[in-house]
Formats: sequence, C-alpha cells, structure tokens
Amino acid sequence: MGQNTTTVTDADFASTISSDTPTLVDFWAEWCGPCKIMDGPLDEIAGENDGKLTVAKLNVDENPTTMSAYGVMSIPTLIIFQGGEEKRRFVGARSKNQLTTELSDFLS
Amino acid sequence: MTEKVLIIGSGPAGLTAAIYAARADLSPLMIEGMERGGQLMITTDVENYPGFPDGVMGPDLMEQMRKQAERFGTRIISSDVTSVDFSQRPFTVSVGQDTYSAESVVISTGASARWLGVEGEERLRGFGVSACATCDGFFFKEKELLVIGGGDTALEEALFLTKFASKVTVVHRRDEFRASPIMADRVLDHPKIDVLWNSVVDEILGDTLVSGAKIRNVETDEVTDFTADGVFVAIGHTPNTKVFADQLKLDEAGYLLTEPGTTFTSVEGVFAAGDVTDKIYRQAVTAAGMGCQAALDSQRWLHEQA
Repeated sequence: MGQNTTTVTDADFASTISSDTPTLVDFWAEWCGPCKIMDGPLDEIAGENDGKLTVAKLNVDENPTTMSAYGVMSIPTLIIFQGGEEKRRFVGARSKNQLTTELSDFLS
Repeated sequence: MTEKVLIIGSGPAGLTAAIYAARADLSPLMIEGMERGGQLMITTDVENYPGFPDGVMGPDLMEQMRKQAERFGTRIISSDVTSVDFSQRPFTVSVGQDTYSAESVVISTGASARWLGVEGEERLRGFGVSACATCDGFFFKEKELLVIGGGDTALEEALFLTKFASKVTVVHRRDEFRASPIMADRVLDHPKIDVLWNSVVDEILGDTLVSGAKIRNVETDEVTDFTADGVFVAIGHTPNTKVFADQLKLDEAGYLLTEPGTTFTSVEGVFAAGDVTDKIYRQAVTAAGMGCQAALDSQRWLHEQA
C-alpha cells in the first residue's frame, strides 16, 4: 500500500465520500493482477494532489456491502466521489497520464 | 542517448530478455506497457512453470521476474509504445511525446484477448461483459453466466467460474471442443456446466447491466434470447503488433515473422520473442526461452556491428 493513499471500509465509506474534496476510490483485491499495476500511479497521483484529491483504497473481499451497493463487477474500478455523489467511473487499469487527464476536471 | 537494447513488453519473454541483456552489461531499457506482466497477471495458479513444485500465482511469478530484471540494472518505463520507426538506425520508439533511440529492439508485446465485436459488448464491458474470469468471476456469486469459446482458455474459464456461479453455459460455434481432451471431459462432466454447440453470439443484451445474449444456432439460423448475468469472452488472442504493422513483416494472422530458429524479424537489429511471434506453443516457459534467445541474438548482432 502506498504512503499517500488511505484505506476505506464499509464502516467509514459514507463519511469518506461525503467530503467536498474529491475522493477517488480504488476498488481492488489481493488476487487481481491488473489492480497491482494501479498501485504506483495512484500513490503518485495522491502525493502530487495532496489537499486537492483524496485517494482511498477499498478491498472488495473485505467490504462486500460497498462493492455491491455501487454495482462493481470488474476490478480495478475507480470511482470519483464529491459531496457523497458518484461523479465519474473508470473501469480497468490505465496509465498515470491517462488517469491524470481523466481526473483533470476535478483537480482544478 | 542511444540505448543498446530497448525491450518492448514485460511478459516472460520481455523480462527474460531484460535479465540476459542486463547481465551482459547492455543496460536495457524496457517499455513495459499498460498490461504490465502480460497474460500471467490475469492467471491464478501456474502449475507448469519449472521450479515451482507447488505451483505459483501468475502475478507473483511476474513480480519475481521483474525484480530479477531490475536487480541487474534494467530500467523500466510504464507506458504503451505509440509509434516506432525502424526505417533507419538508430531505431526510434515513441511513447506519446517522448522518443527513445536504440541500436537494437526486442519486441515482446505478446497477445491480448480477442473480443467478439458484437453489439452491446463494448458498452457493457465492466458491467457484466468480461474477458477475464480470474479478475471478475468473484462478482458473479450465484449468477448465471455465459462463456464464449471452445479452446483451453474458454474451458479453464468455465471451470473457474463454477466456483462462483450457479450455472455456466459454454457457447461454442462448432460441434466439438478445440480444447485438450482432459479439459473437455472436465467440462462435459461438470454438473454446473451446459454447452450450446454450433452457436454464436449475435448481440449482448442489457440496459446498464448484462441481462443476456442473442444466440444463433449456425446450423438452423434460429435465434434465441438467452438470459444471463454475465458474458465471459474467451475466443482466443490477437498478437499486439498494430504499432509495427507498416514496419515489419507479419503473417496473415498478424504475428511477427521471424527467421526460423532465430528471433530475427524482417528488419535487421529488431528481434521478436514470445506470443507476439508464436502461435503454436504460447507458454510462459517458451516465451521466456525465446526472450533469452532474443537477448543473445541482439548481443551477438550488436557485437558484429561494432
């Protein structure tokens, strides 16, 4: 786990995403190879956008309630939340550049 | 700065080439691509890679190879190559705005899962359409699933999915499996698996989530709407050669052509290894072997140029 990302669980999910600061939630699991590819880019993005973006990792094995509430059916899935609402969703691994571009609307 | 050896791709072929080139003091640069580690990253147990009597998880095996390549000085860039120019030397390889120059290149970009190309497939990817049972099977507990294909991969996926699904139906366009007999028997004997022979998918149905598929019997042309919560596509692989298509000779299926018994492509100084050039064996261990050959071929070739 990167040093710039946080961990979110079923228990604190609602409070985490209710923030006005955009929160990017990474739905992942230990057995998911493509999820591991995202670890480095997500940690860097979190570090570079400290204060502007929270990056939180949610383990789908341990947090089935949140996973099914958001209909996650493939991982890695990244969902950006703001003020408790889902703003955008990305399914599948992607490069840091691609993700940074996709997140640009929320990083101004 | 011109690299001695630039390696494109980071599966067993690319990483083995990197290990050999690095140990030969060629300080290879690897452009690993977004599908880092290749197909083994979406494989669970690997039971046939020598040296692991108890099996090894695909992602773990690839992580070990990557560490081994890095230990000897391989430098790694985590992006996809966007274009190449092999028409003059040194060769150039571009990743977006960044351009790298290299005296020799090893191509080991592997192959990626092929899609059906039918209506609904792309729109519902991640919402019930998948090409990776090990990635996504977990999300289909007690669901009814379709697996499309009849080769070893399709049947492995079908068997794997029975761990989660209540029912798995294999849709295959022929009247017998292409897969190995042992896999075929396991599937045919499995209480949770049904097979629709001589059948193809015409469309994947569903509004925001997969609800089923239109399946056509190729003998009778009869079309039925089949209810399912997920569709797993396993109809084989396509070599990742698009970016090289106008620079190197490919066969009719898109695989890079090499001189028999070597890793030489149609351009001197450009070498190919692994699934990008191999449509026969396609194993982790054969890819690793070819990666070794490519590193040795490039080393020898560089030496001759000097």
